[in-house]
Amino acid sequence: MNVPVVTTGRDLRLDLFRGIALWLIFLDHIPSNLVAWGTIRNYGFSDATEIFVFVSGYTAAFVYGKEMRERGFIIAGAHILRRAWQIYVAHVFLFAIYLAEISYVATSFENPLYAEEMNILDFLKQPEVTIVQALLLKFKPSNMDVLPLYIILLLLFPPTLWLLQFRSSLALGASVLLYVLTWHFNWNMPSYPSGHWYFNPFAWQLLFVFGAWCALGGAQRLARVLQSPVTLAIAVAYLLFAFVITLTWYLPGMGQYVPHWLEELIYPIDKVNLDVLRFAHFLALAVVTVRFVPRDWPLLKSWWFWPPIVCGRHSLEIFCLGVFLSFAAHFAMVEVSGAFWMQLLLSVLGVVIMVAVAGVLTWYKRAEGRSPGSRPVKTPDADLAGGEA
Amino acid sequence: MKTPVAAGLAGLFAALLALPGTGLAAERQPCEIPGHLLFGSNELKHVTEAVQKDRRLTIAVVGTGSSILAGPDGPRSAYPARLEAVLRQRLPSVAVKVVTLVRTRMTAEDLAQGMAKLLVDEKPDLVIWQTGTLDAIRRIEPDDFRAALEEGVETLHKGGADVILMNMQYSPRTDIMISLGPYADNMRVVAQQHEIPLFDRLAVMRHWSDTGAFDLYAAGKDNVLAQRVHDCIGRGIASMIIDAAHLRSVEPKAGQ
Repeated sequence: MNVPVVTTGRDLRLDLFRGIALWLIFLDHIPSNLVAWGTIRNYGFSDATEIFVFVSGYTAAFVYGKEMRERGFIIAGAHILRRAWQIYVAHVFLFAIYLAEISYVATSFENPLYAEEMNILDFLKQPEVTIVQALLLKFKPSNMDVLPLYIILLLLFPPTLWLLQFRSSLALGASVLLYVLTWHFNWNMPSYPSGHWYFNPFAWQLLFVFGAWCALGGAQRLARVLQSPVTLAIAVAYLLFAFVITLTWYLPGMGQYVPHWLEELIYPIDKVNLDVLRFAHFLALAVVTVRFVPRDWPLLKSWWFWPPIVCGRHSLEIFCLGVFLSFAAHFAMVEVSGAFWMQLLLSVLGVVIMVAVAGVLTWYKRAEGRSPGSRPVKTPDADLAGGEA
Repeated sequence: MKTPVAAGLAGLFAALLALPGTGLAAERQPCEIPGHLLFGSNELKHVTEAVQKDRRLTIAVVGTGSSILAGPDGPRSAYPARLEAVLRQRLPSVAVKVVTLVRTRMTAEDLAQGMAKLLVDEKPDLVIWQTGTLDAIRRIEPDDFRAALEEGVETLHKGGADVILMNMQYSPRTDIMISLGPYADNMRVVAQQHEIPLFDRLAVMRHWSDTGAFDLYAAGKDNVLAQRVHDCIGRGIASMIIDAAHLRSVEPKAGQ
């Protein structure tokens, strides 16, 4: 199998777009944030989550695939599971912060207008149930759905990666089949107190496995299709279509111009189960992006793109930081001011903090690598990404 | 600090957004609502018929905790009572009756199951169905939520009643904890597909908050803010009903 990706080093575009996705997820997570009007979810069907999951699949396959070839299934599998554990711990940490915020609201806010909304505090009455359900990943407060998805995807990744290495088409086919069966039989994981996972892992695995498949030679196989002007034309046309449809959601009175049969056909655009329209929208975005941002684009190495790239490299830490910062920003908006200048300030400040922390993390890694007595770094390239798959 | 600026902004927005003839612009209330949030192409045919033929209008408000207010003044100042008062004032020759059937802590599915009985008991011309908040809090499966909405709406349509759907309140203090998006989207889709008006309370209250008409971040047990907001919601729905059922021509006063 031809895997030139490994020999030519890390593709900076992955870090760039994952970094941008992390910023967008942060902005989208601040409620009532007018700055979030600039994020891609308002201009098409898919949003930053798709980018994040795809790139995560790509980098996971890139890093652990190399390790699996060099050091075997057991070692690579163990590292993947350790990564899943780290993400689990990060998720529990975020849950603790969420508990702190919601408890504060419970004791400080009593407005008769919002008596009904205060039902959100119901679960505080049964902490012994709620906290256990949270540890079981069944109780997931809003904005805290992505990490549990990631945990499941990584838990299932060792065998998937093994199959991808030896029978890549079969692995991708199995992933598509699981996606189709999930839609057909409505499979999902149960949630507490009711319902199912907001990001259905059986559906979203398709994007993750597709990313991994691309990393392990799939991208090369698709190269001819990706370079074809027909593909580009279809992608652009679809992006325009999605843009127009999305506009009708936000511009008053536009909804009536969408023909009834089309509404019947496309709605609802299901985020839970990664609607095929969303998947296609991500693919179209990827086609256009790959076309206009080549791998050796000189700007990728410039200082202009260092901020998103450095964030994309430390995706787990920066993702968690982003969720925390969105809680903090909401808190500041409630306590100080919810005016637009404040939203703008908090949005910019949040991104600056994300970049600064990512910079410090890079420094840490470098310092650790050099310091005497630290464990030797066998594969510096994998380490750069290894913790960050 | 933010009040004078906000008030100024509110005035500016109100001037920009209030369409002539909405009936609200002239009153200079803080509750101005942009026309596109109130007026659409979906009609209330049963309401038109009931008013023109029988000069009477029975409205049932089906909902949960955010359709009532606590306290001794609660029943009088919650939006269903305000709606009744405004409609009686704007349609003086019509016998308007608004009944409130509120059950707290109910999901859309719970409420949908009561619709058949409601038709028999109250024989409403119009049902205003407020829902979604508890579904969002409990994170009910959005598909199930939508199915419940459709079931309820179809029951009401078959029983000969018009429907207005009303979505959740805009609640800036809790909106990081309650993910309203999928539920609001589903309500919009159901309204579009069944060609019924949606009173987009979420967008309306968001508008009031953005323009500074109301400080919805405020905390405190005081009932004044809640009563003013409910009064404005009642007025908004009244305008929506008068427009969607073409009642402006019924009495000259209605078009004020």
